[in-house]
Amino acid sequence: MSMNLLRLFRSRPADAPATAPVARERLQILLAHERGLLGQPDLLVTLREEILAVVSRHVQLDPDKVTVKLDRGKNVSTLEVDIEVPNGFEWNVRGGKRAAG
Amino acid sequence: MAKVLVVTSGKGGVGKTTSTAALGAALAHSGESVVVVDFDVGLRNLDLVMGAERRVVFDLINVVQGVAKLPQALIRDKRLESLWLLPASQTRDKDALTEEGVGKVIGELREKFDWVLCDSPAGIERGATLAMRYADEAVIVTNPEVSSVRDSDRIIGMLDSKTVKAEKGERVEKHVLITRYDPARAARGEMLGIDDILEILATPLIGIIPESQDVLRASNVGSPVTLNDASSAPARAYFDAMRRLKGEEVEMTVPAVRKGFMNRLLGRRAA
Repeated sequence: MSMNLLRLFRSRPADAPATAPVARERLQILLAHERGLLGQPDLLVTLREEILAVVSRHVQLDPDKVTVKLDRGKNVSTLEVDIEVPNGFEWNVRGGKRAAG
Repeated sequence: MAKVLVVTSGKGGVGKTTSTAALGAALAHSGESVVVVDFDVGLRNLDLVMGAERRVVFDLINVVQGVAKLPQALIRDKRLESLWLLPASQTRDKDALTEEGVGKVIGELREKFDWVLCDSPAGIERGATLAMRYADEAVIVTNPEVSSVRDSDRIIGMLDSKTVKAEKGERVEKHVLITRYDPARAARGEMLGIDDILEILATPLIGIIPESQDVLRASNVGSPVTLNDASSAPARAYFDAMRRLKGEEVEMTVPAVRKGFMNRLLGRRAA
């Protein structure tokens, strides 16, 4: 009863947490990245292309079956490169010569 | 059949991005497959309002320029399976967008989704004209304020002349969405009324979103207001607008003055 009376005077429901600290932290993480290395134009595009180039020296791959995911964190970020390799794929081994599939 | 809908206004800060996120989430919640596309190249914010800012890898420009394929740039919402985001580039400028490139991307999106919601940048330049270029329908976000109504009128003129539909002699279906509506100020005659706005713009109304702290609260935590608190007044108004977009008949509710506790107690007029 007294709780209900109190709530009448509050603009925010008693059980709703303040959201400004969440906004602050989200912005800090985002802006740190945008100002820094990961904010560089096309860094991810370059990374993807070079990673694919290295992998395709050894494995035949379909560029469309490659997904790149990023999760920017406060202290570390994860870059996840997911390359789908078909069963019975062909290894490009030994000095670039392709073994018989 | 896919529908391409542009959320536009001319004026900045009236609630285009908030409305794109809220309507997109409401549509997805109702079972439609939806992609929200940010056209504000260089000043993207839809990712932030959707809470996907940490996960952006590729963007609309990368797809337009063929650097990334469309599926690689699409980000799936963590809350709703059928809601996707195509972010804008933060590091390029609007000149990186070409009409042909955008047309191709919109064409691909039409095949994948029921709804393609294009969040237009403010202004009437390249970004804004490309956001509306391929639209079937338009939501014109308007605040009850003279400069916003004037800019909406300008945008309506562009929708009737500069879109592919208009050039083919067809019509882009237009809807006015009034946001930041403060019933107390309207009652005191301090704010343009709904009827005034609709009479001036001569365009049908799709919804009235009341001014509310819930909108700021939702953007703070990175959630469309329709998902953050579906029972809040703005969320209910967005859900109604969404159902009208889908062709349902929903009675229009004009937000009414809610007297505060102290005012009721003291029998005062709202100050």
